[in-house]
Amino acid sequence: MPCIEARGLRKTFGTTVALDGIDLRVEEGRILGLIGPNGAGKTTALNAILGLIPYQGELQVLGRNPWTERNLLMRDACFIADVAVLPRWMRVSQALDYLAGVHPRFDRAKAEAFISKTDIRRTSKVRELSKGMVTQLHLALVMAIDAKLLVLDEPTLGLDILYRKQFYDSLLNDYYDRSRTIVVTTHQVEDVQHVLTDLMFINRGRIVLNCSMDEFESRYLEATVNSEQLAAARAFKPIHERQVFGRSILLFDHVNREQLAALGDVRTPSIADLFVALMDHKTGNPTAEMKGATK
Amino acid sequence: MNTPSNAIHESALGAQATPPATMSATRPFYWSVRRELWENRSIYIVPLAVSAVMLVGFLIASIGRAMSLSDPAQRVAVLSEPNDFAALLIMGTTFVVGIFYCLDALHGERRDRSILFWKSLPVSDLTTVLSKASIPLVILPLLTFAITVVTQLIMILLGSAVLRGSGLTVTTHASFFQMSGELLYHLVTVHALWYAPIYCWLLLVSGWARRAAFLWAALPIFAIGIIEKIAFGISHFVTLLAYRISGPEAYSIQSGNQMHSMAAPGLAGFLITPGLWIGLALAAIFLAAAVRLRRYREPI
Repeated sequence: MPCIEARGLRKTFGTTVALDGIDLRVEEGRILGLIGPNGAGKTTALNAILGLIPYQGELQVLGRNPWTERNLLMRDACFIADVAVLPRWMRVSQALDYLAGVHPRFDRAKAEAFISKTDIRRTSKVRELSKGMVTQLHLALVMAIDAKLLVLDEPTLGLDILYRKQFYDSLLNDYYDRSRTIVVTTHQVEDVQHVLTDLMFINRGRIVLNCSMDEFESRYLEATVNSEQLAAARAFKPIHERQVFGRSILLFDHVNREQLAALGDVRTPSIADLFVALMDHKTGNPTAEMKGATK
Repeated sequence: MNTPSNAIHESALGAQATPPATMSATRPFYWSVRRELWENRSIYIVPLAVSAVMLVGFLIASIGRAMSLSDPAQRVAVLSEPNDFAALLIMGTTFVVGIFYCLDALHGERRDRSILFWKSLPVSDLTTVLSKASIPLVILPLLTFAITVVTQLIMILLGSAVLRGSGLTVTTHASFFQMSGELLYHLVTVHALWYAPIYCWLLLVSGWARRAAFLWAALPIFAIGIIEKIAFGISHFVTLLAYRISGPEAYSIQSGNQMHSMAAPGLAGFLITPGLWIGLALAAIFLAAAVRLRRYREPI
């Protein structure tokens, strides 16, 4: 049974189409990155998966209908929706008590162990913690839940690079065990490139790209060529081209590595580069934010 | 010696750790109520503060006055007087606390986005809304009762200490136990059951309004009152509302101390009042709507 299966998933807000009938299948044990510009429909897709909004189309998460069975689904799934949704009045000890009280799969000792690795004090209120510490706390709570599916919606937004690195490190080292499924959306694509097993680009409510990271690495190549080789390289029909310091960087889809190596330096592109290439290609209108992420 | 018991302990732990996927339905409810008390400490701090102020006032004013009086009968009167007043004041306070609590209960969690956290846990919307409704309908009446009884007891003990030696005691309109019984009856019948539709209406509005929940709760009521007056020259709705707020016995009370006639029509009389059952039906409808609404609600 796939962890998430959607067919013709559609959601409109008034006349705005947030999800335009997408088909989605996430197998158990994958780490899927959902990448897209602002307003692409990422959060809407996640909200539908988590049973937070009604939708049209078919959707099964862990074999359940998320909209009608949210509270049952949440025994096996958990999510961090955005940073800073932990109630600000709550004490760390109260959060532990409450989760131990309501969640059948919450392991309090595990959460305490994660928290003791940080500077978070048990008596602090959430409002007294820094943004990075709130995220650490939320992650500690969530990782102590023995869930089958973890959904992260911009979990590291606004955090500095140290916290971000630590976040994904502990997720991989202390949580992920190849049987759990993780779905993550983020704009900080460089953080997750080596974390993901699967990649999905979404734009204007549609899926633009859906492949495994293995596929991504074998399929896409980026060659840096001097102007003399440019014409020869262009013959392989690059899907995107940009100039850096007088040299051209060309992105290829399904081109033999050896053939390209003769023309210049060849490497696997970053997710951000491919994203910009595909968004340029499909819409001619990449967002400024994603361009910023390519540097 | 220790080994066997340890082994048993461990295996018990192991058994506990593997299949805990089900848990009793009341556990999330219990913790949700505790959560409300953590978040809204005013629920118990405000009536406690009022009680403390009452006691200080009693110490300074009543005892001071009683000391300066020479007539023992007058002394008794001065020392006995604040008992009913304390009950009324604490009751009035918790009523107001309940109103403000309800107006914020389903609004605050959307305002501070924490609804996303609550919804990430296996607690149903029904459990959440019921736990919030239980604060004004169960917790506050019980708390009012406990605080009032303790306050009155302290006043009586202090008053008796002042009167000691004169052979007189503080008199209440009834024995202390009878008085407490009447108080509990009043709290359960009026504050929990009779006021239920008021609290549930406020909960519903707090779950619905994007802002200014208080205005949204009050405006329709004013609007209906004004429209019926202007358009039809009647005031049935206003009368109904006054009846609801003043309590089921209000119309049978002609004069005198409300506390005395509180239990007047009796439990049977109260239970056959149609207003009670209509009110409870309305409360159930409002709650059901609030549960349904919470499913659709997102942060604001």
